Amino acid sequence: MPGEKQEQSAPPAFSSGMFSLTATVSGRRFITIAILVFLVLGLLWWGVAKTGLVTPLFLPSPEMVIARLQELAASGKLVDDLIISVYRISLGFLISTIFALPIGILIGSYRAWEAAIEPLVDFIRYMPVVAFVPLTILWTGTGDAQKFLIIFIGTFFQQVLLVMDNVKSVPRDFINLGRTLQMPEWRILMRIILPSAMPAIWDSMRISLGWAWTWLVVAELVAATSGLGYRITTAQRFFQTDTIFGYLLLLGVLGLTTDQAMKWGHRRLFRYLRVQR
Amino acid sequence: MGASPTVPLPAGAALNAPKLVISGLGKTFRGDRGDVVALKGVDLAIGENEFVSLVGTSGCGKSTLLSIVAGLENHDAGSLAIDGKAIQGPGLDRGVVFQSYTLLPWLTTLGNVEFALLAAGKSRKDARDIARAHLSLVGLDGFADRFPAELSGGMKQRVAIARALSYRPNMLLMDEPFGALDALTRHHMQELLARIWEQHRLTVLFVTHDVEEAVYMSDRVAVMSNRPGRIKSIIPIDLPRPRTYDMTGSPEFARLQREVLSEIRAESIAIAALGDALT
Ligand SMILES: Nc1ncnc2c1ncn2[C@@H]1O[C@H](COP(=O)(O)OP(=O)(O)O)[C@@H](O)[C@H]1O
Ligand SMILES: [Mg+2]
Repeated sequence: MPGEKQEQSAPPAFSSGMFSLTATVSGRRFITIAILVFLVLGLLWWGVAKTGLVTPLFLPSPEMVIARLQELAASGKLVDDLIISVYRISLGFLISTIFALPIGILIGSYRAWEAAIEPLVDFIRYMPVVAFVPLTILWTGTGDAQKFLIIFIGTFFQQVLLVMDNVKSVPRDFINLGRTLQMPEWRILMRIILPSAMPAIWDSMRISLGWAWTWLVVAELVAATSGLGYRITTAQRFFQTDTIFGYLLLLGVLGLTTDQAMKWGHRRLFRYLRVQR
Repeated sequence: MGASPTVPLPAGAALNAPKLVISGLGKTFRGDRGDVVALKGVDLAIGENEFVSLVGTSGCGKSTLLSIVAGLENHDAGSLAIDGKAIQGPGLDRGVVFQSYTLLPWLTTLGNVEFALLAAGKSRKDARDIARAHLSLVGLDGFADRFPAELSGGMKQRVAIARALSYRPNMLLMDEPFGALDALTRHHMQELLARIWEQHRLTVLFVTHDVEEAVYMSDRVAVMSNRPGRIKSIIPIDLPRPRTYDMTGSPEFARLQREVLSEIRAESIAIAALGDALT
């Protein structure tokens, strides 16, 4: 029938597939694309190493890196390094967050407190964290406390400013709602401002956790006797480029995993933001 | 004139004692880039259980006036009183509906209404029962456990109305509550609010820039002048109650609408920078 033919006509010209500005990509396809990029880059690395154009001292092959990681895992060093580094970042990040949350909330909610604290935080924030390393060693030695301190200096000041902005973007009318219900100020803060800012604060924590990884490794590179960063420095001393590569990849995987875990937490905790029935 | 602030008492429906009396009210916003005189010499009285709309050009001070009545904003001249008592900050005697819905996204519709009731000191059980009753009043029985993200604009605003009515304020303040809705939904909401109001009388101050809406809903329409805002004229709407949508087609309705419109039009042309284009 002629009528039938017409209904099967080509899709309208304005939809130009996956690569148009507003195109949506399904979750499965998204993951496929992401994995593909990893595979292609991995293959490229393998291929270049295979040609032998670059000496393994500069670019070890994937096989060498994997073998080295297996060796380190078998000797127990890898797990030890992981445990100590994860311990340091967890505690360092926790301490930083515990201080940053109330202060960020305070200066986001009260303009007078903002005036007292925000310029100071901004000032310190612009001091390079690495420049604090000698000072922190002078203060606390080269133990775990020094790692916590570097992570703290690197993340706390950023977190405070992020949280302040999150709290500030709570709609004014939400606060007015609390006022019309004659809620006391602290109750408005706890029952309206805080839950309202929470999804954004969670995201800020996720972003600052990424930075905390950097500061941990920086601290471990400079002065440590254990941890992922320490292993990288010693590897450099013995020209073990494969160890360096392996640990860098490991750090990437750890970062990606924590980031995804935080995103997953966001979807679970704040499900109400995107419920659809 | 300032010496004896004679406040024009409402006509018609409001032979009762005035509920809200505003006289000589002034408000100036002081800012870094100079001061903005938002209100100057506002005189208005609203009777008990009267429905009064406030119309005027954008930026003339409608929201500011409503915020002052709500107690969310202070004033710097004149006075205002409810039942003879000067307004000191916000209170549970006044329910406020904001244009931006202001539903708390982490609470369900039922939770949002309960939130207000719990703040007003009701027990958990009472809060639940009253909240359910009020959701049903706005026709949202089946939506108690939905989150705001799942609701349309009109539904959200119905929850906000249910919430504002739930703790039994004796005055309802609404700032362009239907301003963000599409025309059809807006009409449904007007009918719903008119019906609720006709059944559960309370004093309403209703800000809108929609002249048809103002005439349809109100006992009187107060027209504001351009900034600094004051009440320029008050037009009694003596259409019968209950209001029905058919009335909007009546000649009387059209006449009232034209009357309100002509009052605003002069103000509107003055600020529209049209020059002589329309004369
Ligand atoms: N917080 C504020 N600070 C400074 N100026 C304001 C503030 N709120 C309102 N205004 C000014 O006051 C005038 C009246 O505003 P508003 O009451 O919101 O007008 P309307 O609701 O009638 O559109 C406007 O010129 C507006 O810019
Ligand atoms: Mg307004």
